[in-house]
Amino acid sequence: MKTSNSEVSAQANARGARAKAARPAEANNVFTIDGREIPFEPGQTVMQAALTAGVFVPHLCYHPEFRPHGSCKLCTMKVNGRPTTSCTLPAAPGMEVENNTTEINDKRRLLIQMLLVEGNHFCPSCEKSGNCKLQALGYALGVMSPHFTLFYPVRPVDASHPEMLLDFNRCILCELCIRASAEVDKKNVFALSGRGLKKHLIVNAESGRLADTDFAPTDKAAEVCPVGVILRKRRGFAVPIGKRTYDLKPINEQADRFKPLTPLPKEEF
Amino acid sequence: MTAPIRKLRVATTSLAGCFGCHMSFLDIDERILKLVELVEFDRSPITDIKQCGPCDLGLIEGGVCNAENVHVLREFRKQCKILVALGACAVNGGLPAQRNRLDLRDILEEVYVTEDGLARGSKIPNDPELPLLLDKVRPIHEVVRIDYFLPGCPPPADAIWKFLTDLIAGRTPVLGHGLLHYD
Ligand code: SF4
Ligand code: SF4
Ligand code: FES
Repeated sequence: MKTSNSEVSAQANARGARAKAARPAEANNVFTIDGREIPFEPGQTVMQAALTAGVFVPHLCYHPEFRPHGSCKLCTMKVNGRPTTSCTLPAAPGMEVENNTTEINDKRRLLIQMLLVEGNHFCPSCEKSGNCKLQALGYALGVMSPHFTLFYPVRPVDASHPEMLLDFNRCILCELCIRASAEVDKKNVFALSGRGLKKHLIVNAESGRLADTDFAPTDKAAEVCPVGVILRKRRGFAVPIGKRTYDLKPINEQADRFKPLTPLPKEEF
Repeated sequence: MTAPIRKLRVATTSLAGCFGCHMSFLDIDERILKLVELVEFDRSPITDIKQCGPCDLGLIEGGVCNAENVHVLREFRKQCKILVALGACAVNGGLPAQRNRLDLRDILEEVYVTEDGLARGSKIPNDPELPLLLDKVRPIHEVVRIDYFLPGCPPPADAIWKFLTDLIAGRTPVLGHGLLHYD
């Protein structure tokens, strides 16, 4: 897929402008996204700097309160011509980054379609509908179809817990619940098991059932799932369809930039 | 007087769907009067024409759950220049596809043989007139090429209207926030 002429010329202009302008030393912590100058603080990733500057970056496995994971690939940008996950890449002066281009968004649409066909995503019967990041990104990027052949995997739900429900049909393996349960709740309730196509989320109990863990609805892990896997029981339709988070405003108009961004510890890189 | 324009010929059908998408289509209300100035209907539940003739546009509600669905879908693909998946079931199988994790024979046994309250001697229907059920319900893009997808359960009338008016005006249909819905 070729970038359009206007995208190409915008980059050329940005390149020329930078070559001419001699910058004072303190202004050097700047890179460009789609030709726009983005300031950053040392230690910030490209994604954090972008979100701080109000640039919309599609992401699913990134959460501002956790270390980046780099697994969903939706945040991929082209940095100096190479596709890279922007949530894991430390920002550096002078980087030339492409984000909102047809080429990159086409790839993002494909990623969303692959996630949709790998699980069972029947939004009309999903309690997360309207609050779901996968769905909202599909809307924002204009994903109209699953495109691929549907897998229709068989993944029984775990309704054993008195207050919480696990519907594995919608898991996108972002590991946010795993990270939250291990790092914040210190409980290690969740884990991934298997490889490749067989990879799936499991519950760390001998029985494999959520009821046999110390998982609680107040856990951090109970609130981080970007899709409709970890759900509270008896809360269905508390907010009606049509009045939910991304029904009101598209996800690109409510990016994570208003939440505190944690700079990464140095040893991460 | 302006010269009469050739009306677009439109066919519609419901395969493994609930007719909800057709109801949503009718929810365009009085705009249908404007629409019939621009289009005429071929095979459709609205006309009760049984065979699809050559058409500009075909709207398919529902996925495929039996052999007849596949036959009708192929007939539409042959006759329609542009074929559209209308609604969640056509797009990803939707509610009927919830049976995909179950064994077909088990379902039939339970519904017609072992379920409580059945008439005595009730058995699985086996009339040659009945279309053969498919092992799994599939979305229509897995059977024929689809030109446009209009998700939603059902797609809102305004989305159907926007889609049709864009298409008739020769624009690439774009739904945008509020009209593009998977639920
Ligand atoms: S998790 Fe999101 S995309 Fe999947 S069915 Fe629920 S609302 Fe739809
Ligand atoms: S359950 Fe949710 S948070 Fe956990 S890995 Fe799956 S999608 Fe991510
Ligand atoms: S947000 Fe960067 S890979 Fe998921």
